[in-house]
Amino acid sequence: MTDPALWTPAERAAFDARRRSRNVALGIVLGLLAIIFFGITVVRMVK
Amino acid sequence: MSTTTALPTTALADWRDYLALLKPRVMTLVVFTAWCAMLAAPGHIHPFLAAVAILCIAVGAGAAGALNQWYEADIDALMKRTAKRPLPAGKIDPAEALAFGVALGTGSVATMGLVTNWAAAFWLAVSILFYVVVYTVWLKRRTPQNIVIGGAAGAFPVIVGWAAATGDTSLLPWLLFATIFLWTPPHFWSLALFMEADYSKAGVPMLPVTHGLKATRQQILLYSLLLVPVTVLPAPLGLTGWLYGGSAAALGAVFIALAVRVYRSTAETAKDMTAEKRLFRYSLYYLAALFAALVADVLVRS
Repeated sequence: MTDPALWTPAERAAFDARRRSRNVALGIVLGLLAIIFFGITVVRMVK
Repeated sequence: MSTTTALPTTALADWRDYLALLKPRVMTLVVFTAWCAMLAAPGHIHPFLAAVAILCIAVGAGAAGALNQWYEADIDALMKRTAKRPLPAGKIDPAEALAFGVALGTGSVATMGLVTNWAAAFWLAVSILFYVVVYTVWLKRRTPQNIVIGGAAGAFPVIVGWAAATGDTSLLPWLLFATIFLWTPPHFWSLALFMEADYSKAGVPMLPVTHGLKATRQQILLYSLLLVPVTVLPAPLGLTGWLYGGSAAALGAVFIALAVRVYRSTAETAKDMTAEKRLFRYSLYYLAALFAALVADVLVRS
């Protein structure tokens, strides 16, 4: 890839959008994992 | 000395590229067959734990898909159908794809063991390793029988689903395993017939490339004739009711009729291969309908 210092504003915006989408997706996955493991714990305790 | 700083390849990827690594379309079939096996199994599993077990199977299948794409990036780059995948397109770094696949595979097996039982976790691990090591690394580039043995990898999820519900396996899940195992060659070889040019370009020894179109059409008919009796067998053995048995016979009759058309076809180019395209499409609906009939049969009898 080219030097980030040489990017046009459009390339910078596209890069930021991709990074933001990865971060949001990772946050959702981690949140869902926390809910799933909480649910597993509850079901196991009730059984 | 240059002061230019190159960004890592992953800077190009967004979340859709990571999702594409998991081969979500393949995952759909795996999840559906495993879910049907879990519903048909006699054991009881809490619905939430069943949902988590299905998630583990989906993630395990995705991990196998990611590791497959990591290993096959070189040949994926040569085929039109696969050239836009994240690794050949240069959107994800190979080392990151490897780590992604290993982490998901390990996590799904461990979670399956903790949530259901270790028999299900064992079969999930076998399924992932079989697809990656036996099919992808060992067979795919070496033998035109790659699809036949590799078909077992797609068949293991029914064993995983059944084991998750019962903690064990019995004859019926192994007959369902045999169903997917025998369904895989006619399904993939009908695709390979009209994609032969692509496989040839990538040097993958698919049957149409190594043995020609006629031999492939013969093999498709042979496996179809083996497949249908195996799908019907659970009914006379008393493992399912006749709702499933009748559906399997009717669906199988159409499968064989389409396989006979492929056998009789003399088309040489992809655009003329309507019989092959029709069998490929039908084979997808066939497997889904067969497993739906199994679940309907269990629900009717219970």
